Amino acid sequence: MTTAVEQILERKAQAVVRDPAQAPAHDIREALFELEAKGEIIVQRVPEPYVEVTTKFGRTKKIPIEHTWHHKSCGQCGHIPGYSSSIFWLHRQFGLDYLDPTDQTSCTGWNYYASATSNAVAQAAVMVRNFAAAYETGYFPLIHCGTSYGHYKEVREQLVHHKELRDEVRRVLDKLGKPLVLPEEIVHYSEWVHVMRHKIAERQVVEMKMLTATVHPACHYYKIVVEDAIYDPEIYGGQRIATITALLETLGINVADYSTWFDCCGFGFRHILVQRDFTRSFAVLRKIETMKNEVNPDLTVTHDTGCVTTLDKSQFAAKAHERKVGIPVLSDAQVAALAMGAHPFRVLQLHWHSTDWRPMMEKLGIDWQKYWDEFEQDLEAIRKGSKKGITWEDADQPVVFTRSA
Amino acid sequence: MPTTMENWNPGKKQERYPNVPYAEKERLFLEVKSDPRYEDFLYGCYECGICVSACPSARFYDYSPRVIAQAMAREDIERIYEIMVEDIWNCAQCFSCVRCPRGNNPGGLVTLLREVAVRNGLQETREVLKGYSRVIYKVMLKGNQVSPDMLQPDFFPDWGPWVQQFSANMPVWRRAIPVDTLRGVTDAAWRVDSKTLRELYTIWFETGNMEIIKEVDEGLYDLLVEVMEEELEEG
Repeated sequence: MTTAVEQILERKAQAVVRDPAQAPAHDIREALFELEAKGEIIVQRVPEPYVEVTTKFGRTKKIPIEHTWHHKSCGQCGHIPGYSSSIFWLHRQFGLDYLDPTDQTSCTGWNYYASATSNAVAQAAVMVRNFAAAYETGYFPLIHCGTSYGHYKEVREQLVHHKELRDEVRRVLDKLGKPLVLPEEIVHYSEWVHVMRHKIAERQVVEMKMLTATVHPACHYYKIVVEDAIYDPEIYGGQRIATITALLETLGINVADYSTWFDCCGFGFRHILVQRDFTRSFAVLRKIETMKNEVNPDLTVTHDTGCVTTLDKSQFAAKAHERKVGIPVLSDAQVAALAMGAHPFRVLQLHWHSTDWRPMMEKLGIDWQKYWDEFEQDLEAIRKGSKKGITWEDADQPVVFTRSA
Repeated sequence: MPTTMENWNPGKKQERYPNVPYAEKERLFLEVKSDPRYEDFLYGCYECGICVSACPSARFYDYSPRVIAQAMAREDIERIYEIMVEDIWNCAQCFSCVRCPRGNNPGGLVTLLREVAVRNGLQETREVLKGYSRVIYKVMLKGNQVSPDMLQPDFFPDWGPWVQQFSANMPVWRRAIPVDTLRGVTDAAWRVDSKTLRELYTIWFETGNMEIIKEVDEGLYDLLVEVMEEELEEG
């Protein structure tokens, strides 16, 4: 090897520690504060307590621990409710103050990216209406969905850089009697899980070191407004996002790499609903089969609604074509909740998942059948009317898991 | 061989839509270019192809974010019209193409092209979006998307036996969720206040979004307007 190549390899072997003074992208928060100083917007500050993390170009980002307004995900709440309930369950285990609002709409990003039956003003107005609703309660928005998070980062840039858009959005908000508020940080729930990972591990009751997992990072988490995502020199040498992986490693799970880590899951927004041959082909051929062939993980973990849906639901049809599939898909919040003893069905709601999770549970030594039978009794009670539904009273208490035979 | 206007995009003939006047094609392009976001998304393309290597749609379709960035940068009116008619709905909107070393956003350009195609009621766009109407209906009216009551075996047969099990047990399974805003709700993802929905409808009307829907599906528009206006009057 030449000296130059040796030097390059040596440099690439070092963890990436970036100097924020050399960042190629501006710090949007400076622009927010400038607009606030001019009286154009209100900036909602991150409440204390918060933890500071580093983002891609070495800047710090504040992640609030509590007093959060939960901006829910339409896909999660609609068809993967265990994802949402795990996030809330984790907050409740730590006794954290939070708000689960009914004064919240979807970001409508799924529709926007699928059909473009919207425009920049409408998307911005929907976002700021939600942020204003949070501001009015005094709670700070915590975004559950990767697409909401990426979309809101994108819209924030547009609002900051385009006065005419701000003016038009302000006109619409005036009709609603709402102020033009932007939060100091746009925070994804997986960033909260990331900063809570050591506390989660302290309360871990399920040993997980026998598991091998692959990580699928959500495109909309880190590919939109790339500078605003968590990077850590101790995770992947700072070359890839730290969220999800850091949690899994802290829980003792073996995180295995695979060659298509950076690939999209194939969700496609419109495709998963009306052009599904694309979605399931991409999800299976580029992600699931690749994971199976290269590392054969016990599960794959991601942090976005569309990704969980795509990777989980695409495997059934592919199985009929004898493709190599069969990796259960969970969110990082579900894995964290399970590690802390959350009920597999009352909290994780695993029965909403299509790809078989039973082998993973059996490998963990959890007698899932016992907990399913327990849950079926809940369902029967609901059917008979002797129980209105499952509440936090039923679900809060961590389970002392019975080991399977 | 030097790249010329004739050979730079082999495989795609020029003037595939001679029946559409050039002036109309140019008008549509200028509508895209006049969007304030256009300059945020396009800085000039040197054809490295990094976007194509990252693009999931490029693996399965005759689709290239590089060609889109190139056509826009060259202001190739004919090629851009072809892209609007044939290519834009293949994009997965993942923004993997934003790894462009020039800072271009081909996915963002596709978003602008789509908005113009929708606003102008291009027939091919209307055809593509026909199957998507029920989702548009849900998001406009409920402020949610893909609600539990949409998870039916006839719409999701490929999601496996899980869908049959779910649809047979939907009301009970939805009551078996501890989250207060989700429990028991089947026509939306979570419980949304009536006042919040009225604010959402106001946004749709004030931002011209309802006019966009009218271009896509007039029947859907009539249905939505009837419900929304009634709700706004009651509020």
